[in-house]
Amino acid sequence: MLELSDRIIEYFGLSHQYSLIVIVVLFFVYGLFALTFGSLFAGITSWYERRIAGRMQSRIGPNRVGYQGFWQWLADGLKCWFKEDIIPRDTDSLLFRIAPYLVFTGVLCTFVVIPFSPSVVGSDMNVGIVYIIAITALVVAGILMAGWSSNSKWTLLGGIRSTAQMISYEIPVALSLIVVIIPAGTLSLQKIIISQGGAPYNWYIFHNPAAFVAFFVYFIAALAEGNRTPFDLPEAESELVAGYNTEYSGMRFLFFLFAEWMNLYVIGGIATALFLGGWRIPGVSYEVQSASIWLEFLGFIIYLIKALILVNVIIWLRWTLPRLRIDQLMIMCYKYLLPISILLIVISIIFTILYELFPLLGVVVRVLLFLTSLLILGYFSYRVYYNIKNFPDKVYLKWMI
Amino acid sequence: MTLEERLNAVKRDNEILLNMGPQHPSTHGVIRFIVRSDGEIMVEALPVVGYLHRGIEKLAEMTPYAGFIPYTDRVDYLAAMFCNHAFVMGVERLLGIEVPRRAEYLRVIASELNRIASHLISLGSMAMDIGAFTPFLHGIRERELINDITEMLCGARLTYNYMRIGGVSNDINDKILKKISDFLDRFLPGFIEEFNRLITYNEILVKRCVNIGTISSEEAINFGLVGPNLRASGVKWDLRKNMPYSVYPEFKFEVPVGEGFRGSVGDSYDRFVVRVKEMEESAKIIRQAISSIPDGEIMAKVPKRIKPPAGEVYSAVESARGELGYHIISDGLENPYRCKIRTGSFSAMKAIHIKSQGCFIADLVVLIASMDIVAPEIDR
Repeated sequence: MLELSDRIIEYFGLSHQYSLIVIVVLFFVYGLFALTFGSLFAGITSWYERRIAGRMQSRIGPNRVGYQGFWQWLADGLKCWFKEDIIPRDTDSLLFRIAPYLVFTGVLCTFVVIPFSPSVVGSDMNVGIVYIIAITALVVAGILMAGWSSNSKWTLLGGIRSTAQMISYEIPVALSLIVVIIPAGTLSLQKIIISQGGAPYNWYIFHNPAAFVAFFVYFIAALAEGNRTPFDLPEAESELVAGYNTEYSGMRFLFFLFAEWMNLYVIGGIATALFLGGWRIPGVSYEVQSASIWLEFLGFIIYLIKALILVNVIIWLRWTLPRLRIDQLMIMCYKYLLPISILLIVISIIFTILYELFPLLGVVVRVLLFLTSLLILGYFSYRVYYNIKNFPDKVYLKWMI
Repeated sequence: MTLEERLNAVKRDNEILLNMGPQHPSTHGVIRFIVRSDGEIMVEALPVVGYLHRGIEKLAEMTPYAGFIPYTDRVDYLAAMFCNHAFVMGVERLLGIEVPRRAEYLRVIASELNRIASHLISLGSMAMDIGAFTPFLHGIRERELINDITEMLCGARLTYNYMRIGGVSNDINDKILKKISDFLDRFLPGFIEEFNRLITYNEILVKRCVNIGTISSEEAINFGLVGPNLRASGVKWDLRKNMPYSVYPEFKFEVPVGEGFRGSVGDSYDRFVVRVKEMEESAKIIRQAISSIPDGEIMAKVPKRIKPPAGEVYSAVESARGELGYHIISDGLENPYRCKIRTGSFSAMKAIHIKSQGCFIADLVVLIASMDIVAPEIDR
């Protein structure tokens, strides 16, 4: 952000006494941008998810408002806006009111460090990853607050489930990110992206076998931390009615959903930045990319596409898998993901040292891992093709009059 | 003393009373459980029945025999054909009427289609209770096709009122037969395999279901469980085989029993798999029936005013939820003197109470769903 303000001052030929004002204005603009981006993303993803769900479930999904029902998210938002804001009598009124905003803020604050392009980032702080892990704790506080203050047994169970789950899964999330931090040698997201190359085999996911596994550990743990299926126990509608948000209505209820869908982008964005090369364009160096505004924009698009592919996978998992039980969830965290991620850190350290001793080894391992993942992707595509071929969508409802 | 007060008296300090239902997403209608739980782990879940009591048995005493058939649809709205069948069979036995063979075949076809539809809902809603939404809607999609067939057959999609005393109301034609065979071609290898790959073999579902609510064969008999719940516990008891009625002896089919497919015999996963296998068997029965359906009348000669001689009869059919029996007592007048309906869901409620002790709240949902209880069948 500071760089950007310097460039703006230079561009307009202002004197440096205005730099503070420019920075403050820039932060406001960026805050608005992040809020708008997050809200738009949440809204459009809600529509997109419902369309995908409809497709997967042999039904249509929302298709009335606008082209393909695109404006459905806006209609839903407006509807919730006009709803009566019910605050039940026996609730702790203050906590009940502020809990949704805490959850929303907690997710939105991660946008401060998630980069969009080489120079568009809220603050490229040198403790970026630690900041993300710390600030998401606000979500836990908000959800527990919502569950407690509603003064209902179902919300309490939901809130406590969610707290246990999110606090537990923060550990594997943080540890699996350390696997990447070791070769990168920095906690700043921008610097991690810069230290990766543009071409896929230069990404950190292919840096060493540990990083490859760590990507999946991170993905699973982040799903659990974000309360998404198959780990959506806090809002398990078949067990806990609606979990921590049972008593909420109107806009306050919507804020929880906003946070949930924005969190999808956060999960995808962090994974993209750390493992998948972020906004890097293959064959273009960082200096060249940050000098041209079009290349920056291209970088933003590339970043978005990578993140959206991950979001797509999350949505697809949600409509396929059943839900785990609370003890199975905890067993998975403490018996499997935690030891695995600690082991991965050790392996990552060994590989990083080996690469410094034998630079050629790094190239070989990267290429091998890249080819392996291509094979896995190829096999996956073959399975998808096989299923489509052998189980065609034979919904011939037309034969019934 | 109300139930809550009684439970409050035995409740310990670290326990809470949770009121699950009658309006709860996973209690399948209006069933209520009062859950005494220590956090996530339940001490017990006490079923409270009666929220859907409509007094059908009393209505039977005030309605002529033929007029009671529409009421029987409402005993179990997911498997109304069986409720029709058991009642008209009882009255036919009282009257001593011989039903034409074509009518019997039509009854079997309609019943087995209805069994598939009912099991689809049961399996789908069990998957949904475990958190997978998609299998439920895939099941609904297939059931929609069955509903269309029954609509063509008898004009109704849910409460059929298809069977009459002495036969059935509508005859089948080539067009409907074609639709049924089309449906079966789509259903038996294709849909079942897809469904199995989507949910039955899903590792998360297996992990959620195995060793939950395990009921041994001895316990199952003592609880009075019937139908798929009993067979999942390893007891090979199917009224279609053991107390043959209608034309079932003419068809070849297997009776699937629980074998502890992934866990122990009689757990929730066994009940799930047994239902999947029963759908396959039903499809086989329908295939045999539509290929060998005889010509002839669909109604026997029945007197206009149905006045059975004094006496009593118990007629039972193998419903989708197990043995469904009508004990009809006639005193020689136009209305039954007494009509007692025995249904499978009611006894399953007691099993849920015993088996819920000491498991997780999430397991209670699995247990309820795996028992395939339907609220109107409990209360009548």
